[in-house]
Amino acid sequence: MVEIERHSYDVVVIGAGGSGLRAVIEARQRGLRVAVVTKSLFGKAHTVMAEGGCAAAMGNANSKDSWQVHFADTMRGGKFLNNWRMAELHAQESAERVWELETYGALFDRTKDGRISQRNFGGHTYPRLAHVGDRTGLEIIRTLQQKIVSLQQEDKAELGDYDARIKVFAECSITELIKDGDAIAGAFGYWRETGKFVVFEAPAVVLATGGIGKSFKVSSNSWEYSGDGHALALRAGSSLINMEFIQFHPTGMVWPLSVKGILVTEGVRGDGGVLKNSEGKRFMFNYIPPVFKGQYAETEAEADQWLKDNDSARRTPDLLPRDEVSRAINAEVKAGRGSPHGGVYLDIASRMTPEEIKKRLPSMYHQFLELAEVDITKDEMEVGPTCHYVMGGIEVDPDTGAAATPGLFAAGECSGGMHGSNRLGGNSLSDLLVFGRRAGLGASDYVRALSKRPTVSDAALETATAMAMEPFDGPEGTAKPENPYTLHAELQQTMNDLVGIIRTGPEIQEALAKIEEYKVRYRNIGSEGGRAFNPGWHLALDMRNMLLVSECVAKASLARTESRGGHTRDDYPKMDSEWRRTLLACRTVGDDAVVPEVSVTKELQPPMREDLLAQFELEELGKYYTDEELAAHPGRTEERS
Amino acid sequence: MTYEAKLRVWRGDDDGGDLRDFAVDVNDGEVVLDVIHRLQAEQAPDLAVRWNCKAGKCGSCSAEINGRPRLMCMTRMSTFDEAETITVTPLRAFPVIRDLVTDVSFNYEKAREIPAFAPPKDLQPGEYRMDQIDVERSQEFRKCIECFLCQDVCHVVRDHEENKKAFAGPRFLMRTAELDMHPLDTLDRKDMAQEDLGLGYCNITKCCTEVCPEHIKITDNAIIPMKERVADRKYDPVVWLGNILFNRTK
Repeated sequence: MVEIERHSYDVVVIGAGGSGLRAVIEARQRGLRVAVVTKSLFGKAHTVMAEGGCAAAMGNANSKDSWQVHFADTMRGGKFLNNWRMAELHAQESAERVWELETYGALFDRTKDGRISQRNFGGHTYPRLAHVGDRTGLEIIRTLQQKIVSLQQEDKAELGDYDARIKVFAECSITELIKDGDAIAGAFGYWRETGKFVVFEAPAVVLATGGIGKSFKVSSNSWEYSGDGHALALRAGSSLINMEFIQFHPTGMVWPLSVKGILVTEGVRGDGGVLKNSEGKRFMFNYIPPVFKGQYAETEAEADQWLKDNDSARRTPDLLPRDEVSRAINAEVKAGRGSPHGGVYLDIASRMTPEEIKKRLPSMYHQFLELAEVDITKDEMEVGPTCHYVMGGIEVDPDTGAAATPGLFAAGECSGGMHGSNRLGGNSLSDLLVFGRRAGLGASDYVRALSKRPTVSDAALETATAMAMEPFDGPEGTAKPENPYTLHAELQQTMNDLVGIIRTGPEIQEALAKIEEYKVRYRNIGSEGGRAFNPGWHLALDMRNMLLVSECVAKASLARTESRGGHTRDDYPKMDSEWRRTLLACRTVGDDAVVPEVSVTKELQPPMREDLLAQFELEELGKYYTDEELAAHPGRTEERS
Repeated sequence: MTYEAKLRVWRGDDDGGDLRDFAVDVNDGEVVLDVIHRLQAEQAPDLAVRWNCKAGKCGSCSAEINGRPRLMCMTRMSTFDEAETITVTPLRAFPVIRDLVTDVSFNYEKAREIPAFAPPKDLQPGEYRMDQIDVERSQEFRKCIECFLCQDVCHVVRDHEENKKAFAGPRFLMRTAELDMHPLDTLDRKDMAQEDLGLGYCNITKCCTEVCPEHIKITDNAIIPMKERVADRKYDPVVWLGNILFNRTK
């Protein structure tokens, strides 16, 4: 057997973005030894791409804000499909998590009285997003990274070794979780630099691997987003929920082609930017859906008044939840009112002085100037929907982040439930902090309660090693080796065209047939060269995860015969109350160890606790719930008495 | 519009390597990283390159393009003549791992040597109050995406491996200035900047500022003010006299 480097830890965190790093901090502060394993360099995780801000009901900009309002906004944004307990914990704890970042050294933009400034964002009733210009994600990842360094400095002072309690394994990819019986026993992977194999023996693993956007062609996501955590959890026997819900961010760049999909922050609209079609018309007023009627401004004058003072008018429909805005842009382009490159216009130039734009949106200014030669202080931006975020993920216990597999935990984008069918902007960074901490806590408690540590068997290591080496063997017989780059490009095109923003049954079936074909071709995948820093081999291994996760997305999309949030079926355009309380859970079946088959099962959504249900007017709930579910609502019982 | 670009890419590892010539298609609006990716997908599947966001936000795809340290994702092909041969090489100040990927661990070691943010002990979370004007100075430095181009270009270490031990480099001198200017940091960082991080090695040629993709004024706004603070302390005659009279060593 090839040589395998061995490490032993209490907790292994896979992924070094916001949720992973927050989990590390928590487990370390509870006295455990933690490894954090990341595919990239330390501090490069996808969290840096978050721009607009981190939602937390601190009430600094409008003192009427509270966790209850944040909770209600989150449920509305997700079309009431959210796991209510996660939405509750998130709304209650996000302010504390943001304040904690200041003690780590974060420098958010300030209000006049020196507190953290908060900006408007889609679906949030009050200005709620703590931010640093348009680079909030960078501030958060750097702050957490620097906090970890400071904990390592404390460990060095106490124990003589920076790595005594936290060690960062950078540019190291995990390909397999290893179990002892039913429970997690460790994780197996390889160093990207050398290709050498490594096993982490640990009774608890926290998955914090982010999303799946690299399976789509037009995406704001980086190569890292190959759904590793989703796939690892599935193969370890845990389930995924809500995989049909993919967020297409309404404003990605559309030109030049090579940058198509790169994110344009919602902060542009939060700070006053407006969407226009080729006729120069602000079209969002025509797209306020029935469920939000009455909550949004109906004239330009009212929308502009709201920007000045959000207590005296209703909010602008430019800031409807992202799913609504994406569909609206799609419809405008389809109706022939799009921009030359198939998007619509986003105008900030006519709304703000050049100095103010450069100050509030510096990254956007540079991004457009350097990549598209567009000066956004003078001209409109061309924007269109881009695959941005997966609402679906590993089904977890809300309080502890525990997945179905004992010893497995998940947090952040790779977990599912919190955002329901559509995530509100700004709720991702806060999600990372709240549930990263909770998963770290859950893993720590689990490890402390164990009476004996699980062990990693040699047989499991041999299987994992063989699987990782397979791409070098190439196809059996005389078949032509499959180029991983070609296979990847085809999968991206298929998911984009057939399981994208607008879906139909026949197209999803066509996608599923193609995925089957790709799975067969995957068996012939061939990697040239050696194991040292070989991107062709890395992609071949990541493709295994992308194929499995893409099948989940397609199968769940086919099963859900309604439209809701990030799942729009042209053949079932209505939202259906029966489907609101139905979750689709994906699991693996059969005995294909490479890319297993996926089964989709209906599960009942746990009903919301009554005091939380009472936060909403009966009339609003009636738009989402079945009659039977609302029988116990106080509004209903009053009606009767 | 498509044309075929002439590309010269360094291939090899820590045992050595050489420049190889390639011809690669280029489409309208593309950046160097797009062309490197096309080269990888069509001609050199094992070409090692480090990248993540392809949007100038993560600072992973640092390399030297025609000898100048740059982010590959933010360097448009249209800035070169179509007939020109474009040379892409790994960062010179760091050891090569493979092809365009270098070992940047030097930077992570230096990061650990800078004492962390130290807020007042009695200040509770949620009680922090700072004025925008006071946080802006440090905020400029926190725009840093840690691409390490400044570390690569700085002549103190670029051709002088022996200086690496005593010199933290522009990125981390700036980090010290950032903490020193943080309105709530309680540590005095002037002596450590001079003695532990090698502030004195910098002779303000501003190469770091020139290559910074975030356009941070590293020299003018971080390093020079830090040098001035150190100088105030060191050569202040009153402090000097006080040190002698009261037998203070630091």
